[in-house]
Amino acid sequence: MGNNLTLFDKVWESHVVKRVSDGPDILFIDRHLVHEVTSPVAFQGMKERNIKVLFPARTFATADHNTPTINQHLPVKDAMSANQLKTLEKNTEEHDISYWGLGHKKNGIVHVIGPENGITLPGATIVCGDSHTSTHGAFGAIAFGIGTSEVEMVLSTQCVMQMKPKKMRINIDGSLKKGVTPKDVALFIISNLSTSGATGCFVEYSGDVFSNMSMEGRMTVCNLSIEMGARGGMIAPDQKTYEFLKEKEFAPKGGKWKKAMEYWSTLYSDENAIFDVEYVFKAESIEPMITYGTNPGMAIGLSKKIPKSAQGGENSHTKSLTYMGFNDGESMVGKKIDFVFLGSCTNGRAEDFSAFAKVVKGHQKSKNVTAWLVPGSHFVAKEIRKNGVAKTIEKAGFEIREPGCSACLAMNDDKVPPGKYAISTSNRNFEGRQGPGSRTLLASPIMVAAAAITGKITDPRKYID
Amino acid sequence: MAYEPFTILKSSGVPLPIENVDTDQIIPARFLKATERKGFGDNLFRDWRYNQDDTIIKDFVLNDPTYKGGILVAGKNFGSGSSREHAAWSIYDYGFRCIISSFFADIFKNNCLNIGVLPVKVEPTFLKDLYEIIYENPNTEIMVDLPSQLVLVEENNLAASFEISSYKKNNLLNGFDDIDYLLNIKNEINDFAKKTLF
Repeated sequence: MGNNLTLFDKVWESHVVKRVSDGPDILFIDRHLVHEVTSPVAFQGMKERNIKVLFPARTFATADHNTPTINQHLPVKDAMSANQLKTLEKNTEEHDISYWGLGHKKNGIVHVIGPENGITLPGATIVCGDSHTSTHGAFGAIAFGIGTSEVEMVLSTQCVMQMKPKKMRINIDGSLKKGVTPKDVALFIISNLSTSGATGCFVEYSGDVFSNMSMEGRMTVCNLSIEMGARGGMIAPDQKTYEFLKEKEFAPKGGKWKKAMEYWSTLYSDENAIFDVEYVFKAESIEPMITYGTNPGMAIGLSKKIPKSAQGGENSHTKSLTYMGFNDGESMVGKKIDFVFLGSCTNGRAEDFSAFAKVVKGHQKSKNVTAWLVPGSHFVAKEIRKNGVAKTIEKAGFEIREPGCSACLAMNDDKVPPGKYAISTSNRNFEGRQGPGSRTLLASPIMVAAAAITGKITDPRKYID
Repeated sequence: MAYEPFTILKSSGVPLPIENVDTDQIIPARFLKATERKGFGDNLFRDWRYNQDDTIIKDFVLNDPTYKGGILVAGKNFGSGSSREHAAWSIYDYGFRCIISSFFADIFKNNCLNIGVLPVKVEPTFLKDLYEIIYENPNTEIMVDLPSQLVLVEENNLAASFEISSYKKNNLLNGFDDIDYLLNIKNEINDFAKKTLF
């Protein structure tokens, strides 16, 4: 290899089994994550072709999208959901795949349990039938979401056929101001690039801001890469990455770890690396962010007003504001909130619960809000119980639910009613995303916490040191 | 799942000039609970087609009998968001075989190509002209010619070429899919797997 390769090039090229002329690359997939929603038709297709999963040990399955977040010990009430869960259980059994279903101690949101168990590794290729697979890029992996036809390809051949994406680098140097979290950094980037600004690209995040960020924060940023259209995002692995993964169940051990470290130490973009697109921002220009419209690119800093028109054209902008019940020129601060949601693959990790706890400590939940606080996994639930965070949150009048995707996508029972406003740590504020007619405002765990105790959009900075 | 080969499609177009249409609009998550691929067309654009009490929203284009056909003409950044292939399935199942837009989201575009829906990317000015033509005369025939990679409105003298890799083109023309291709190189894949680190 030359000395002008990007981190992305290095990982991609080492996984190309074959190139199809004037066509895609055949990319070998190290690890495949499976959940109940996007897999049944893939297994059905394999049945029709009479083929088995090629490498069951590279495949890991969980139940998360369709699952209730209370009373998980009871049978799932919704018949269709229950059937989908049952189908995954049957399929994984038939194909010898490890399945961490409802109630299993390793169960949780697919993108939370991957890193927790060391399934996610630097320099690996990881796919899942879910667009937020980009999360795993935080570890220097190439990770991206695929459709069900591709899930079938990976189950049957451990490969996908993909055109090599373009390469984009987003560099942010400097230090983040007080109260500016990884979520704000991501929303800031998306609001600058728009929801299609990185389409066709794989993004590498570089600079002080990302090197200083925790692994959890890096996951939040990489998770949201898809919201600007990118196939994925990644951050070069460093000491923090290795410390996070060491001794995790599915991470290499002993001699294998050493060998892996040799490879991992080569995983960075060369000094003369060539990117197709580059953006540079300053950490100091980022403030706490919130969305006002119906895509994650429609976000503003708390001190700003809703703009007159945005990327997406006049019609789409007006349609969006009408849906939200907002007008241009308005400030978001002080707007009334009905629901709060802390959770999802974007912000459902222990660090997010700690951040929420810091704000609500010594306060009480606002009587006007319904709060859904949903850990990303059983592991997260256990962790926040152990370190006292759960207790702080409960003392403030909140209840912590059982793990799952919950209100992020309105596939389970946690749905925001029509017309109601929800401030959420999740990833999408699309029309109806949290329930038909629901109105979503995306923000960081601390801003969600501030709204949870005041019942309205509130600057969270006054609640933190 | 095999699909009908795509060669030349002649049809009127259904205009949807909204930008950033995400896959949650194309098919809301609550309709993703099926374990088989059937009936998704009924819920295509569900919350734009029907009110919450299931009554029809008359002014949505799919409920307007003026516009029909097998070609959806959509705004910029169509199919953003979730990777759910159900979005592409619902488009196919409803009866669209081709989407013309000035920009497609990545995963959605791949999903379409994998199931036999042809995404045709055109210049924004072409898209604008096409909308005008359709609004002027909703029955105007649009020809999408995959072998020549051309989209043509003969009576208005409007034409544009579009790009597609020769591999994917050949797949669509013949109704082939990627899995068959991959299954044929299983030995190479097995050899490759032996050398992997993880």
